[in-house]
Amino acid sequence: MDVTLFFHLLLNGLAHGMLIFLIASGLSLIFGLMRVVNFTHGSFFMIGAYLGRSIYLGTDSFFLAIAGSLFFGFAAGALMERVAIRPFFANRVQLLLLTLGMMLVMNELVKIIWGPTILRFPRPDYLIGTLFIGDIMLPYYRLFIVGFGLLVLLVIYLFLNKTRLGIIIRAGVEDSNMVQSFGINIKQVFTFTFALGVSLATVGGAISGPFLGVYPEIAMDNILIAIIAVVVGGIGSFGGSVVGSLIIGLMGSFGGFYLPQAAMAFNVILMVVVLLIKPAGLFGKGGLASGR
Amino acid sequence: MSLLVEMNDVHTYIQSFHILQGVSLQVPRKGATVILGRNGAGKTTTLRTFLGFQTPTRGEIKFDEKIINGLAPYRIGSMGIGYVPEDRGIFYGLTVQENLKVAARDGVQEMEKRLGRVFELFPDLKKAWKQIAGTLSGGQQQMLSLARVLVSNNRLLVIDEPSSGLAPIVVERVAETITELKKDIPILLVEQNYNVASKICDNYFIIDQGRCVHQGKMTDLEKETELKKRYLGVAV
Repeated sequence: MDVTLFFHLLLNGLAHGMLIFLIASGLSLIFGLMRVVNFTHGSFFMIGAYLGRSIYLGTDSFFLAIAGSLFFGFAAGALMERVAIRPFFANRVQLLLLTLGMMLVMNELVKIIWGPTILRFPRPDYLIGTLFIGDIMLPYYRLFIVGFGLLVLLVIYLFLNKTRLGIIIRAGVEDSNMVQSFGINIKQVFTFTFALGVSLATVGGAISGPFLGVYPEIAMDNILIAIIAVVVGGIGSFGGSVVGSLIIGLMGSFGGFYLPQAAMAFNVILMVVVLLIKPAGLFGKGGLASGR
Repeated sequence: MSLLVEMNDVHTYIQSFHILQGVSLQVPRKGATVILGRNGAGKTTTLRTFLGFQTPTRGEIKFDEKIINGLAPYRIGSMGIGYVPEDRGIFYGLTVQENLKVAARDGVQEMEKRLGRVFELFPDLKKAWKQIAGTLSGGQQQMLSLARVLVSNNRLLVIDEPSSGLAPIVVERVAETITELKKDIPILLVEQNYNVASKICDNYFIIDQGRCVHQGKMTDLEKETELKKRYLGVAV
């Protein structure tokens, strides 16, 4: 493989990995803390893309598109947790069916509002173009996605490790009952974490738009990949979701180049191999079926 | 002086099992009170019902004269009750410092004010400040679990089986520490090791088949060989 192609695939894989990370990190935190598999997460990613595009076309500000999708995701996530998740919290099967049903409804609603065809999300002028280093071509927008992903990663890492609320979320992933015994209202922590997770997905959707295009199927495509990334990295582990997402992103880029038909199969095979060797995922504790 | 904790005729079910069948007990505002009993008698369920993790179907629970039945565990915890569970309940993936931060209900500044006393009692924790809690020894983990309830202004410590799974020499140290703690804060203890309980506690309740069957001063229980044999399995 020549160097130019290698860097092209590497940057492509990293950009994809960062987008997967924006979905997977929230998905993982929500499942780790609340034991809720949120199937709507991919749909929020999709809505983020549509909403970001609409805001960008309406305001001509890419910053507002990102900020708008972020705030929408946070508000919608908080509302969904309070109105839809909390009443069914005691019954995991009902919750699973509920988020699955909501995913289907959201995916159809988007088709009604924005139509079923792929829409173009133009890149802002300052992110059009390519950086050349010798023969190596690095498109600005992909560099932007990697940089943005790294920034979010850093912010979330600092939040989870340096603030009391972040530390409480990590403690809650291990033992939410014990957290309550210290006088902490775990339900408020659940609402915040759910809202944070959804806002990461919507903002991920918004920045994915100019890269992947905006169409209804990005919901289903990305939720499956993100779930695989979470399982590979280890459920509830933030570091695991980073590593899992980057592996899946890079594998999709390199594997997809040589064997495009087998790209999804590579992901599933990787998941099976990781689970056989380490049932809790690369950075997870306990097992997939471990309860509390 | 009024009582700190009162449980009157408390009944609790876990799934379809009637575990507490009318527990009544009282904890005074000073000293240590122990709940004794054989395995499966309902000791831990009594604590968990008091703390709000189980909801009683009948009866009344009061803390500092306020009825707390049916309150969420975080509301009960925020009234100033520090809980040290049998499995220690430490957050294994967090550092010692982070474990204490989660427990710092009254804020990190208040925690920092209290750290001097915590390190005086548990000097190991100062050395292991940045260490991941899961890598501590069993004894150190028990110390951390106790330290967490000392970084906030608690009015009662609820400690479940502190000697469980520890080496005899560590058990002795833990018992000494709890004896030291009870000078400042009243303690409600569950303990299966009678010798440990008798060293620490002033009052006792014996629970059998979900009911309190005996209570009194710990010094009086010493002489009750038949009672100890029947309900606690303590050899004469």
